[in-house]
Amino acid sequence: MKIQKVKKGILPVLLIAALYGIPFCVKNQYMLRIGVYVCIYSILACSLNLISGVCGQVSMGHAAFYGIGAYASALVAIHFGINWVVCVIAAAIAAGVIGVLIGIPALKLSGGYLVICTVGFGELVRLILLNWVSLTRGPMGLVNIPRPVLFGVTIKSGSQYMVVALTLFLLIYLILHNILNSKYGRNLKAIREDEIAAETMGIHVHREKVIAFAIAAAMAGAAGSLLAHYMLFISPTIFVGDFSTNILSMVVLGGMGFMPGSVIAATLLTVIPETLRGLDKYRMLIYGFLLIGLMLGKNVSWETTALGRWGAGIWGKIRQRRGLKEGDGKV
Amino acid sequence: MESFLAYTINGLVLGSTYALTAIGYSMVYGILELVNFTHSTIYMVGAYLFYIFVTLLHIPMPLSFIFTILATGAVGALNERLTIRPLRAKNRPKFAMLICTIGTSIVLQNVFFLLMGSETKQYPAIAENQSIAVLGFHVTVVQIVIVVSTVLLLAAFTFFINRTKLGMAMRACAQDTEATELMGVSVDQVVSMTFFIGSALAAVAGIMGCMSYRSVDCSIGAAIGTKTFASTVLGGIGVFLGGVLGGLIIGLTEVYTAAYIGSNYRNITAFIILILVLFLKPSGLLGKKVIKKV
Repeated sequence: MKIQKVKKGILPVLLIAALYGIPFCVKNQYMLRIGVYVCIYSILACSLNLISGVCGQVSMGHAAFYGIGAYASALVAIHFGINWVVCVIAAAIAAGVIGVLIGIPALKLSGGYLVICTVGFGELVRLILLNWVSLTRGPMGLVNIPRPVLFGVTIKSGSQYMVVALTLFLLIYLILHNILNSKYGRNLKAIREDEIAAETMGIHVHREKVIAFAIAAAMAGAAGSLLAHYMLFISPTIFVGDFSTNILSMVVLGGMGFMPGSVIAATLLTVIPETLRGLDKYRMLIYGFLLIGLMLGKNVSWETTALGRWGAGIWGKIRQRRGLKEGDGKV
Repeated sequence: MESFLAYTINGLVLGSTYALTAIGYSMVYGILELVNFTHSTIYMVGAYLFYIFVTLLHIPMPLSFIFTILATGAVGALNERLTIRPLRAKNRPKFAMLICTIGTSIVLQNVFFLLMGSETKQYPAIAENQSIAVLGFHVTVVQIVIVVSTVLLLAAFTFFINRTKLGMAMRACAQDTEATELMGVSVDQVVSMTFFIGSALAAVAGIMGCMSYRSVDCSIGAAIGTKTFASTVLGGIGVFLGGVLGGLIIGLTEVYTAAYIGSNYRNITAFIILILVLFLKPSGLLGKKVIKKV
């Protein structure tokens, strides 16, 4: 019993140790920069996966929450000069509250209605960021965002920031992992499979959806804060609709509802465009073909798109080998 | 007062292009219950093809107009044939179709982006800025052409939907696809035709919209997407002519907002109307309330 428990714990610990090893071994600033972006995009992809993959409510306005978080964090830091940890929490709360406010009317809709509504919301947020010049400085963007200070240490170098980003990502991943393995997570999956059946089973469909939307929004907000204090400059051009599509591509490629898949897809879709700079022009085109191809591929259903299919298979085998039931705690 | 009338005319012109685009959304939603994200990009494709035919290939304008309508319709039908039909045949979950149309829209937009470049181009015009004085204020020829052709097209479309066999098949499909199939109607063909007609109307809207602004670029589709969809929902999605009413209301509101509140807010109005409608009366002005059944 004890040995099994230890065995069960070894793989994640090794993986986490390896991840933390990256900022200490890699000295190349450019590689570390990509590393930080992978962490940020993984948070975005995983959080969108909660609402779109696990709960089945496809949203195309995730960049808006990312933007709200980034601006909230940067403004709090610039005007009040408080600790970065408070800024992250403020960003998450700001995005989460707006997530609830927009989620209550929007999540009464489903399918395409919801998608259009979230697209519109994303556009609305971008326009507000662009036009509310007295607060956001409009197209000029926010500059002089302070660097984070943790335990008296100013986070300056790439490797230090990578450690911070990685920690926040792992924390959020842990929260999502626990959500998925809880009663609430199962409620969300039930809603995805059949709303009416879920409702007859006593699940408060609308409330659960809004909560999931708020959690996803808050996490995207935290990711925004991570970006703001890393770039030290943010402008509305970062938070455009195309970016929401990128995040959705990550979720779809990774397998809707399959969290490790989202992380892998976020990594691939960040690293590949960086290594193939010449292909930058074709990036959106490739994303488009990716979305079509994945949908037209074989056996498309929840959790089984592309990476999700292989990933779930490999994942299942690993768990089997470690003496766990198939599908037990599968995210 | 005079400026109010001028704004009203601008609003009606703008609303006409929305109305024509909205019909395509409404038809596809009526039959497949799918929000076709490719549709707003089709609007851009139509506008661009006309630009290519007239400015780059020097084909006479009336001929280019017909070519554009046919070619854009074909693009729409081809899109349906290549992506929607296989998904329908395999009975895939609805999110698959939705994401597929998002993908197609990105692909089309970027193909034009790569081929034509990102810069805004001057659009060919009929009757260079000529205007006619009607009841004391000036109306440009383009505006008259837009409103008249919209009215004619809508009349033709209403006739087509209500009086022809294909139109009847479309209405039947919108009510019950399976029963229609059992009556010996080829649903595949009807869906193809729906995409063809919707895309052709969007092409007309695209040409006219770009003519009144005298410019075209790759992002016009994305810009008009939310507005036309808002028109569709406002009028009642699935009601073919609901989108027309919605389009006119959104067009007028947008112009009034730009004139009296500030042009920065014009793009927000459509979204606010959309949210209000969805909140207060999700079935739209002309729509019937649908009860979800198991």
